[in-house]
Amino acid sequence: MKLSFEKSRQGRFFPLLPELDVPERKISSALTRAGSPRLPEMSPPDISRHYSELARRTHGVNDGFYPLGSCTMKYNPKINDEMANLPGFTHIHPLQPEHTAQGCLEAMARAEGLLCEITGMDSMTFQPAAGAHGEFTGVLLIKAYHESRGDSARTKIIVPDSAHGTNPATATMTGFQVVNIPSDGSGCVTLDALREAVGPDTAGLMLTNPNTLGIFDRNILEITKIIHDAGGLCYYDGANLNAIMGVARPGDMGFDVMHLNLHKTFSTPHGGGGPGSGAVGCKSELARFLPSPHVSRRGDEFFFDAPSRSVGRVGAFYGNFLVVLRALTYLVTIGGDGVRDAARNAVLNANYMMKHLSGIYDVAYPGGCMHEFVLSLERLKREHGVSAMDVAKSLLDFGMHPPTMYFPMIVKEALMIEPTETESRETMDFAIAALRSIYERALEEPESLREAPIHTPIRRPDEVNAARHPKLRYNFD
Amino acid sequence: MAYYVPSTEDEQLEMMRAIGVSSWDDLYAGLPAGLLLEDLNIPAGLSEYGARVMMEGLASENRIFPSIFRGAGAYNHYIPSLVKQITSREEFVTSYTPYQAEISQGTLQSIFEFQTMMCELTGLDASNASIYDGASAAASAAAMCRARNRAVVLISEAANPRVISVVETYCYAAGAGVKKIPARDGVTDGESLAAMLDDSVACVYIEQPNYFGLIEDASELGRIAHSGGAKFVMGVNPIAAAVLRTPGECGADVAVGEAQPLGMPLSFGGPYLGFMTASSDMARHLPGRIVGETVDVDGKRAFVLTLQAREQHIRRERASSNICSNQALCALTASVYLTVMGPHGLRQVADHCFSKAHYAAEQISAVKGFELAHEGEFFHEFVTSCPMDSESLLRRLESRGILGGLPVDGGILWCVTEMNTREEIDELTAILREAVRG
Repeated sequence: MKLSFEKSRQGRFFPLLPELDVPERKISSALTRAGSPRLPEMSPPDISRHYSELARRTHGVNDGFYPLGSCTMKYNPKINDEMANLPGFTHIHPLQPEHTAQGCLEAMARAEGLLCEITGMDSMTFQPAAGAHGEFTGVLLIKAYHESRGDSARTKIIVPDSAHGTNPATATMTGFQVVNIPSDGSGCVTLDALREAVGPDTAGLMLTNPNTLGIFDRNILEITKIIHDAGGLCYYDGANLNAIMGVARPGDMGFDVMHLNLHKTFSTPHGGGGPGSGAVGCKSELARFLPSPHVSRRGDEFFFDAPSRSVGRVGAFYGNFLVVLRALTYLVTIGGDGVRDAARNAVLNANYMMKHLSGIYDVAYPGGCMHEFVLSLERLKREHGVSAMDVAKSLLDFGMHPPTMYFPMIVKEALMIEPTETESRETMDFAIAALRSIYERALEEPESLREAPIHTPIRRPDEVNAARHPKLRYNFD
Repeated sequence: MAYYVPSTEDEQLEMMRAIGVSSWDDLYAGLPAGLLLEDLNIPAGLSEYGARVMMEGLASENRIFPSIFRGAGAYNHYIPSLVKQITSREEFVTSYTPYQAEISQGTLQSIFEFQTMMCELTGLDASNASIYDGASAAASAAAMCRARNRAVVLISEAANPRVISVVETYCYAAGAGVKKIPARDGVTDGESLAAMLDDSVACVYIEQPNYFGLIEDASELGRIAHSGGAKFVMGVNPIAAAVLRTPGECGADVAVGEAQPLGMPLSFGGPYLGFMTASSDMARHLPGRIVGETVDVDGKRAFVLTLQAREQHIRRERASSNICSNQALCALTASVYLTVMGPHGLRQVADHCFSKAHYAAEQISAVKGFELAHEGEFFHEFVTSCPMDSESLLRRLESRGILGGLPVDGGILWCVTEMNTREEIDELTAILREAVRG
């Protein structure tokens, strides 16, 4: 497909602004750029068609099943978008006086209240724009906490080897050393390894629970106790909260600080990779370190205040505010029971798919799962030369988005499946049948899977060429 | 049936039977019993209609100003209808990060087009797919310039204070130093900068235009930075970038900025869009997603996420940044905006901003006590003194439907864009006159 630049014709321009109603002033040529930026020159109908064509070449949740493990690709309710786009929110300048933005402040306070109840935390900031940004903020609270006590020896963050890559990367960005500890066969923390790893240099632990194999670590209270006894703090990566919201709370498990992915768990859309919202919640002992400003309430009035020992700002304003509004709309629509029902059905759906697929593929950790589970295609690879990648690409021809591939890294040839609660049994049965037929084909004609996909807008791209000879922008010459 | 859950009660029971459990509690048998909640202290769901009433109620608690003369990092610009329509398409809104290139060509191509447009705006060679906002982009630029022996960031005192604050937070995290370059007459002082440079300095950050709206002598500041062996990073306003000398022409190694002016509403501060471009020798240090062009097995043009060896999901604790999700839909918004505007339309927006801001500055500064605070040339923001308590002046404007400029040290920071009519500017000036008369 052509790029917009290749559809451009010099001189195509349609006026959008009225005539200038003040005397024209020219910027001194000493200050101006040599030439205009080479932006596309296109007519409105051609622009419309260009982006319609791009939209047709994009697979969203609305286009088909999206069981992308760890990403919680649930349905994005349309009322959320409509409410976030009310002019009473979109037309508000972030530096308006507080008394003219009470609705915005109250919305943030309400969202904070509901999400603290769900997580068992005491205070929350919406400034982080995404999950990794939330991790950065949360681990900074841990850093500031130890510093406030003059405890400068705590330089290490413990991360299990089943963790998301953002966890160790976050620890490095915040100036900590990473201590990787091995997980057991179910992706759970090995208690002996943890006991050995902790000491006076332990700043904290970063953990996802349920873990990246979709297993709830039943030793969780012991784990957080080991960290606390060693003087560290516990960070909860909220990526997998969809399994347990309304059922159990990180705050009750001994976690001190955590982030939520409002764009996963609370139904706000992913937008092709953002904007999300990585809200960070913490226990009251850490609240004074939260980013500034934070919404407070005095009687009926809402206002911004600065936590007394704030780590500072992590974003220019208050985060992805319209995303917070979407999550708030979701929560008030479904209420407390709806939150719990969402988690229960997410877990039920995952177990249903796992049960049916366990007769065909090898499940990395058999037994019950939470909201997701991992298949290992190691045997298929060894015996038939068909990889997780081949199976994933074959699913594309069924109009499905594949599961997460090659993650977690502790499982070989991993496919991680998370159906979410918003999928019907028919959809899951269709996916199970597709995976069954792919398996059968893997035994009979494995080479055909290596050719997949066939019916997509493009077939497998040459990624090695892309990295070796980077072409990162259109070349006009 | 629960909200957004398609399974009927019968289906739920059948599925439970299929997996061999008999109750919801059985599904959670793996959790320590003490952790299971009785109930959340959250009211019952209001239904879609009830939620609408509540949210509309909250929106009505906010004051929409028909006339806005405030910027300071968030700008009121015209958003063409095409932008809103196109970026609301569900395919774009509901998709994930484009890991599966075969069914994500739309997202990937739009990012490739975005990267190209950002390179064109800034006059640099490579762009990433976006950063959270302009402030975190500045902080990420500082991080990418740091080397083992050069860790200190010099940041202009004339930069947006919120950007300075975010850079300080990121530097605190990394244990790196930040020093502020003093400003003289509202612009970054080159002499002071020269005196501050030594072997510990990683980079110099300035804004164009700066926080006070003034146009910096960026080429000269870049020359000074490079003469001290530091990298030169410019934070630019993307509308002003359509007309001002580009970061590339000024010798910048990295350019960043807040792209909210490119089609994103004010939205009480977000979602906005950080952009980041670099010279070719710095390209591999860019954090975050980058899209590259290649071909598929049939030789057809294809776009993919590339240079991923820099990223957290591959390198884990050795990654250059932890960024994962960014602001993809906002990057799409900016590229649709720039496509709709084209080079002429964008130039027109910039010209209107410049002309109207200068008209407003003349009118306002003709009112007794509202002198221009600085002598230098400005783009669409400027500071005037304020001969009275600024809060009471702003209240007076508020009562007439005007969001006035932002109080800053030494007066008020005004912003004028293509959205402000001559009539509005004249009315504002008249109210200032009234206020001065008492």
